[in-house]
Amino acid sequence: MSVRAASTFFYRRPNWYLALLLVPPLLWFGTVYLGSLFALLAQSFYRIDDFTAQIVREPTLATYKQVVTQRANIDIVLRTLTMAVAVTIACAIIALPIATYMARFARGRMKAFFYVGVMLPMWTSYLVKVYAWRLLLAKEGIIAWVFGKLGLLGLLEAALEAPGIGGPSLSSSYIGMFIVFVYMWLPFMILPMAAALERVPGSLLQASADLGARPAQTFRNVVLPLAIPGIAAGSVFTFSLTLGDYIIPSVVGAPGYFIGMMVYVQQGTAGNIPLAAAFSVVPIVLIFAYLSIAKRFGAFDAL
Amino acid sequence: MTAAIEFREVSRVFGDVRAIDDVSFVIDPGEFFAMLGPSGSGKTSCLRLVAGFDSPDRGQVLLDGRDVSSVPPYDRNVNTVFQDYALFPHMNVLQNVAYGPRVRGVSLSEREKLAREMLELVQLGAQGERRPAQLSGGQRQRVALARALINHPKVLLLDEPLGALDLKLREEMQIELKGLQRRLGITFVYVTHDQGEALSMADRVAVFNQGKIEQLAAPRELYSRPATAFVARFVGSANVAGAALAQSITGVATPFAIRAENISVHGENAPAATNVLSAPGSVVAVQYHGAASRWQVKLDAGDVWSALVTEDAARSLNDLAVGARVKLAWPREAAVQLSS
Amino acid sequence: MPFRKQYRPDQPSWLMRIGAFGGLVFMHVPVFIIILYAFTTEDRTYQFPPPGLTLRWFQVAFARADIWSSLSLSLAVAACATAIAMVLGTLAAFALARAKFPAKDSLTVLFVLPIALPGIVTGIALLAAMRLAHLDASFVTIVMGHATFCTVIVYNNVIARLRRLPTNWVEASMDLGAHGLQTLRYVLLPQVATAFLAGGMLAFALSFDEIIVTIFTAGKERTLPIWFFNELFRPRDRPVTNVVAVIVIAVTMIPILLAYYFTRPDDEHETAR
Repeated sequence: MSVRAASTFFYRRPNWYLALLLVPPLLWFGTVYLGSLFALLAQSFYRIDDFTAQIVREPTLATYKQVVTQRANIDIVLRTLTMAVAVTIACAIIALPIATYMARFARGRMKAFFYVGVMLPMWTSYLVKVYAWRLLLAKEGIIAWVFGKLGLLGLLEAALEAPGIGGPSLSSSYIGMFIVFVYMWLPFMILPMAAALERVPGSLLQASADLGARPAQTFRNVVLPLAIPGIAAGSVFTFSLTLGDYIIPSVVGAPGYFIGMMVYVQQGTAGNIPLAAAFSVVPIVLIFAYLSIAKRFGAFDAL
Repeated sequence: MTAAIEFREVSRVFGDVRAIDDVSFVIDPGEFFAMLGPSGSGKTSCLRLVAGFDSPDRGQVLLDGRDVSSVPPYDRNVNTVFQDYALFPHMNVLQNVAYGPRVRGVSLSEREKLAREMLELVQLGAQGERRPAQLSGGQRQRVALARALINHPKVLLLDEPLGALDLKLREEMQIELKGLQRRLGITFVYVTHDQGEALSMADRVAVFNQGKIEQLAAPRELYSRPATAFVARFVGSANVAGAALAQSITGVATPFAIRAENISVHGENAPAATNVLSAPGSVVAVQYHGAASRWQVKLDAGDVWSALVTEDAARSLNDLAVGARVKLAWPREAAVQLSS
Repeated sequence: MPFRKQYRPDQPSWLMRIGAFGGLVFMHVPVFIIILYAFTTEDRTYQFPPPGLTLRWFQVAFARADIWSSLSLSLAVAACATAIAMVLGTLAAFALARAKFPAKDSLTVLFVLPIALPGIVTGIALLAAMRLAHLDASFVTIVMGHATFCTVIVYNNVIARLRRLPTNWVEASMDLGAHGLQTLRYVLLPQVATAFLAGGMLAFALSFDEIIVTIFTAGKERTLPIWFFNELFRPRDRPVTNVVAVIVIAVTMIPILLAYYFTRPDDEHETAR
């Protein structure tokens, strides 16, 4: 059969053509990815025998019960959720001027400079960035040094003495962890927000100014509402990434556990895969709940 | 003689919309055939069936007497000039034009020679090395034309080819296209929503409305004897009297159309004449157009009609202003009876 | 006449400028700090400012066999995962870009799920599957995990480009006599090539740097990020760790910049329609 005849064969049978394209990726995703997710789900319905420490392979809700009833576990979920919400809000606030500037005001080379400037740290090695913050936040590190030079060391120490969020140094406190999370996910908020703002016609800003709005009023009444789908889209990333991370809480931060760490520790040293599986279902549920909220704010239009 | 293109009871449905609704017609070889209609009337859908980008849900499309329903576009001796030209941006002008011979396996030197000839034909001989993005709209249009003609198609399909050009360029290109069609003797199927374009270029015009052909006729007939109220309005910008209004004017409930240039405006009390029909109303607006002005008159029956009044005739109407009572009059034989 | 401040709607306020440039500086400081620390003479603490600068640690790091073996493992994993991802992601993008069929929306979700869900979910899921299938962690299992999320990156890049292409280019090509494969070769591939390469570059960078999923699928294998992660908790050789950090930045930076170059807005293509 010639190439031309083969092309015509598939042209007349678009479904065959589609199947030809879809079968390899579907096979991969169906077996490797979906298969794994089902395996995870299956494991979460097993339980570990307290005496023998062996996995008991019969369906039970005991492991889930353990997650939702034990005080320590509930604390872990709430702690992670609080951090995710706080990080999302902080990212939105810091991203707004950057996204607005790069999307609405910067032109030509300056615009390219900003886009590359956001892309590069976003794609720079995740671990290296976490490591960098360990250096920055260390007791003898650069942040303490800057505060010292400015004569504000007292302020830093006061912040670290704050109950609940403080600690012996920035690198072992929730404040430090919060800073690192915000830093890590900031580009994921900036880019969708800038994309949403790029789509706003420039005449809208001029019209607002023309109608007598001051810049601050234009920002509040025109720019901000238009940025909301972008914020919603970006928040999906910041929220999801914070919920699932276990590297940052174990490298920087206070001793309290987070969901990701719990999953990591349970599957590893504790060898309790059912509990790890059940715990990892928690962020899945939270994220699907969050997605349904974000969708109402137009997150999917801005992606 | 076998028809170049034949539609036999063709229908095409998109969801709830009948884009083409049981349409049949025949296009002769060498004919300049225009499909005229507002957007969404089904004309472009018909064109896509001929090109092979789409296939009918019911009925048959025949090219040269052969049912082509399952023939892919690349096996049809038909080429298309797209509305936005669809030039390939990663190829220069010469490569764009040589694309047809290239995919048919013609050697590089041979196809470049053919492409240069084609560029000469459309007066772009010197532009072969440039990229489409570096050309003006009119030049891109010519490249699209050369690219489509290089395969020597039996039928050339043109989808609103002049839509993106300004008025002056459009008029020049109309003359050039018509001349090209005469010289090459190819069947042209020309889709447009501009009735002036269709009337001035085509041998025959099919007027489309809501997926059906309202009337298929030569331009002169279409203009002077519109078959339906839609054609009268769309092609001739004529005034249409529906059954009720026709009854009150002529005494017979047959709808008719009357073109603005056949209507004269008189004072309210002007005497009646034989073989002249008339309708009373009041002036809504007068638009000055130079050689003539267009008077919008709201008839007492409720319709707004327009009359084209020459400067000579306007002199006697000096005292009439917006709001004045007038009488519109026209020769009985100027009215065209409509079927619906 | 009293002085009135002028409002220029096309000019950002000073507050916004400070926020924008301050934010940009905030994003880059840690990266520069890491590069600086790779040259410090201090080898016990993270003392700032560094007491002196030296190139000695590069020499030390280059002499370490464990670093070389981790580096080559990571490069091999990234190359394999990227190759698989470029095939699978491109096929999926071509299938879903234009066609309309009932399951399309579900498939669209499926193909982005590996990056929409936290990496730890993918990681623990793969581990659970490996346990159930009695599959030992190895090079192959690492690549399987990486290829999954790398596919998403390639898919996203290619489908975004395909969706931007006017539909009538394909029609024009077929109209001029090109069959499906010729249209693919002469019209679609030249247009998609840069997005395809950019997707591959990003996938490579992502795979090279991945830790969250890898920890679960690597077993005893040590990719460079895993080596690095272990060093964070056993800080015997801080200066060497700093040097590896700079190497990692360099290795990921090149494909990222190339990817940006491939996908930057192209004026010619935008105006050619």
